[in-house]
Amino acid sequence: MARIIVVTSGKGGVGKTTTSASISTGLAKRGYKTVVVDFDVGLRNLDLIMNCERRVVYDFVNVIQGDATLNQALIRDKRVNTLYILPTSQTREKEALTPEGVEKVIKELSETFDYVICDSPAGIEHGALMALYHADEAIITTNPEVSSVRDSDRILGILQSKSWRAESGLEPVKEHLLLTRYNPDRVERGEMLSVADVEEILAIPLLGVIPESQVVLNASNQGLPVILEEDSDAGQAYDDAVARLLGEEREQRFLTSQKKGFFSRIFKGG
Amino acid sequence: MRFLDYFKGKKTASSATVAKERLQIIVAHERGQRDQPDYLPKMQQEILEVIRKYVQISDDMVQVDVDRNDNCSVLELNVTLPERGDTPS
Repeated sequence: MARIIVVTSGKGGVGKTTTSASISTGLAKRGYKTVVVDFDVGLRNLDLIMNCERRVVYDFVNVIQGDATLNQALIRDKRVNTLYILPTSQTREKEALTPEGVEKVIKELSETFDYVICDSPAGIEHGALMALYHADEAIITTNPEVSSVRDSDRILGILQSKSWRAESGLEPVKEHLLLTRYNPDRVERGEMLSVADVEEILAIPLLGVIPESQVVLNASNQGLPVILEEDSDAGQAYDDAVARLLGEEREQRFLTSQKKGFFSRIFKGG
Repeated sequence: MRFLDYFKGKKTASSATVAKERLQIIVAHERGQRDQPDYLPKMQQEILEVIRKYVQISDDMVQVDVDRNDNCSVLELNVTLPERGDTPS
């Protein structure tokens, strides 16, 4: 039986797809058979972040409607061979993801995979509800910013009432806070909510903190999950998050500003 | 100006502190509403209409809350009546 993990946030643009790509790649790199599923019907983008946009033939909706088998729609990643991508459809019919269809696909994926990562669309409507419904765990992607934190709290409420686990009275969805685009310099200057502030408000366990980094944009430009940028701070922070997701103890890094010394400023050009 | 503030020892709340305080208030409020039964807003409206048959009151003068304890829920109804001769529009 697979673990089903939804990457969600409520608010858009906080880094759900970036996180889905990196978490799934990290799990697959450790040898777990992993599939990452794009639930953002109409606005397909996971394929672009995973660099397989030109290999999409069939999609999630084709599988639901019986026009293709799951194996025809799954795309195997070229870098990590235990990683698969299920792209979403670009149809404008948002209801294309029927609850029955989603259930059938998730069940079938659960039989062969160790991890199913569901990349949720923004918002709290149909697509987002479908993405979180079957989840065993949820990664709440949050920016240290008021609207993102408030939306994360809304999504937590929905997970606690509208998920399959909640409706069936099972053990609740395991919640993880992932703080992204964290800027320690601004936190130190009192211009940005700190990790402790967000943890206190949302009151869920911290999975990791991803520092705001130029590497993230550079990686997405190239269709590279940022976790594969192993020398970068953001890549390492995602790797730590994956380790913690698997139960390893890892100390938090990148929480303080990396002040550049006099020499490195001169030799690296600041 | 921040440079001068430093020497004056002037303490202005940082924007992050303001953000945290605002979030704590709104999140607590929204969580309270989330746990309330779905029928509450409609019931509040109907109670308001009944009271209006007798006294002129405005929407914010009725407050309905549900307090849930271990094995019972308490419906709390708070109505502020206008002072005599003082009828709100």
